[in-house]
Amino acid sequence: MTKKIALNGAGLLVALFAAFPVYWMVATSLKPNREIFSSTPRPVPAEPTLEHYREILTGNLIPGVTFADFFLNSVLVALATVLLSGLVALLAATAVARFRFKLRTTFLIMLLVVQMIPLEALVIPLFLMIQRLGLYNTLPSLILTYLGFSLPFAVWMLRGFVAAVPKELEEAAAIDGASRAQTFRKVLFPLVAPGLVATSIFSFITAWNELIFALTFINDQQKYTLPVAMTFFFGRDDTAWGSVMAASTLFTLPVIVFFLLVQRRMVSGLVAGAVKG
Amino acid sequence: MSLLTKSPGEAAARETPARRRRRRVDHLPYLLLLPCLAIIAVLLLWPLGQVVWMSFHKLDSVRQLRGDREWPWVGLANYAQILGDPFFRTVLRNTVLFALANVALTMILGTLVGLLLNRLGKKMVTFVASCVMLAWATPALTGTIVWKWIFDDTSGLVTWLFNKLPDGLSTALFGRSDWTGYGWFNDPLLFFAILTLVVVWHSFPFIAVSVLAGLKSVPTELQEAARVDGAGPWKVFWKVTFPMLRPVFGILVVLSTIWDFKVFTQQFVLAGGTQDRTTFMLSIYSYAEAFSPPPKYGLGSAIAVILTVILLVVTALYVRMVLKQEDE
Repeated sequence: MTKKIALNGAGLLVALFAAFPVYWMVATSLKPNREIFSSTPRPVPAEPTLEHYREILTGNLIPGVTFADFFLNSVLVALATVLLSGLVALLAATAVARFRFKLRTTFLIMLLVVQMIPLEALVIPLFLMIQRLGLYNTLPSLILTYLGFSLPFAVWMLRGFVAAVPKELEEAAAIDGASRAQTFRKVLFPLVAPGLVATSIFSFITAWNELIFALTFINDQQKYTLPVAMTFFFGRDDTAWGSVMAASTLFTLPVIVFFLLVQRRMVSGLVAGAVKG
Repeated sequence: MSLLTKSPGEAAARETPARRRRRRVDHLPYLLLLPCLAIIAVLLLWPLGQVVWMSFHKLDSVRQLRGDREWPWVGLANYAQILGDPFFRTVLRNTVLFALANVALTMILGTLVGLLLNRLGKKMVTFVASCVMLAWATPALTGTIVWKWIFDDTSGLVTWLFNKLPDGLSTALFGRSDWTGYGWFNDPLLFFAILTLVVVWHSFPFIAVSVLAGLKSVPTELQEAARVDGAGPWKVFWKVTFPMLRPVFGILVVLSTIWDFKVFTQQFVLAGGTQDRTTFMLSIYSYAEAFSPPPKYGLGSAIAVILTVILLVVTALYVRMVLKQEDE
């Protein structure tokens, strides 16, 4: 009995450590300034208010540019990345999951290896490439970059979903006279769609969270993505923590929702095959 | 051709589209791979080669990058300059020590939490796992901003906690009783400690969930047998559980090492930019050399190459482990 209490107690401590910062972010964003800057912090907002949200959503961070504009930039970049990377990954995943060909194993090993390239080391050469292509200071520069970053993992993950669709279904369709394109569109695609959604969410999170490249490739403030805007406008010394926490909450919320939807696949994707049951 | 030599009925029966396809060399898989290969080659492999090429040149202006000015070849001069600089050795030492400490702490905490989750009741495990998932899901950027707020020098929670300590005790332990205005991030050692806290907080959930998944996939009879035979929890873990999960631990250690060696966002946010050189690690050092004025793209590239080589060695270990398991 005491053992059970000890275990549950430890569980509660772990839960507290893990979840507290997220709770504190939301709680602070709902507190009026006098509560935030008081010398005795309250665990729960005594007089919850949405004033900080109103502040960041209506106020101009620079003339003519609001938080919503940065949010929109981020959504645009992330969605474009997701669409492109999903399409390309689906084709590649079909190739490795459905065909046996000479360089298949080589390709899979390469996928593993390129995922380990430290992206931080590619800032300088990609900056060069973006300059040469004339894409500096444009959102497509980021879409292109994030496409490269999210693709290897997307293929790696999707290949499992494609392989899970029974081959017999496609063969049956082929026997019934369906062309390859038709089989792909009418049989494989609908069955892989849930996996495609899961994969897309990971690409979305990759693009949504990225900071370094966005910091380097974008110069005009109205083109900032949300992470850059947040470090730029809220990372200053005299910090208005209420607004910072409100902005952080709005930035974090979509990620948490998406993440919880797909986290199971994440574990199986990263340590796939590590244990044979 | 075969259609002509055989009777039409027989040919139709044998030559289903699927069979016909299997006969000739199939170009379709290569076509399907083409866009993916092109993107990986152009956006990952080419830049990887380019950064090495850049590290052999003296590149000090954006106009050189745009191609308006030539690139003077300097051979290994950038490497010589870095390796001869005592500051680089400090940065390298910081990076290695930080990575080692973070991998160790993340692995220990993550494994303990994984073992704990395996022992908890159903409702409790759902609750704790959900909370743990929150820490994992939080983006590095906002997670770090919240920790920065928790350590704020006037209204931060930690400052308040330390102010709550009895004055006598606080003075005896730390030599001060008033913590308001204390710069938590000014002392490099303390900065690294807080950065460690942030990074471990972000990364232990993945270890915990993976260890839990591993534990669920191995039979529990052996552990029970060992327990019945009188082995304590410590012994059960090292003699029974750990050997069975060795492959999982191997991969987790390598992945953590790779991640912790190149921490950038957390450091950038916590330090408020790239001004504080005393807390530099390799990735932020490379970035600052290249992009803080005056720009030194060649020098930054050389540092990036060194970081990549270190990670390449770790990656080689990782790939070998994965391949070994695919074989088994």
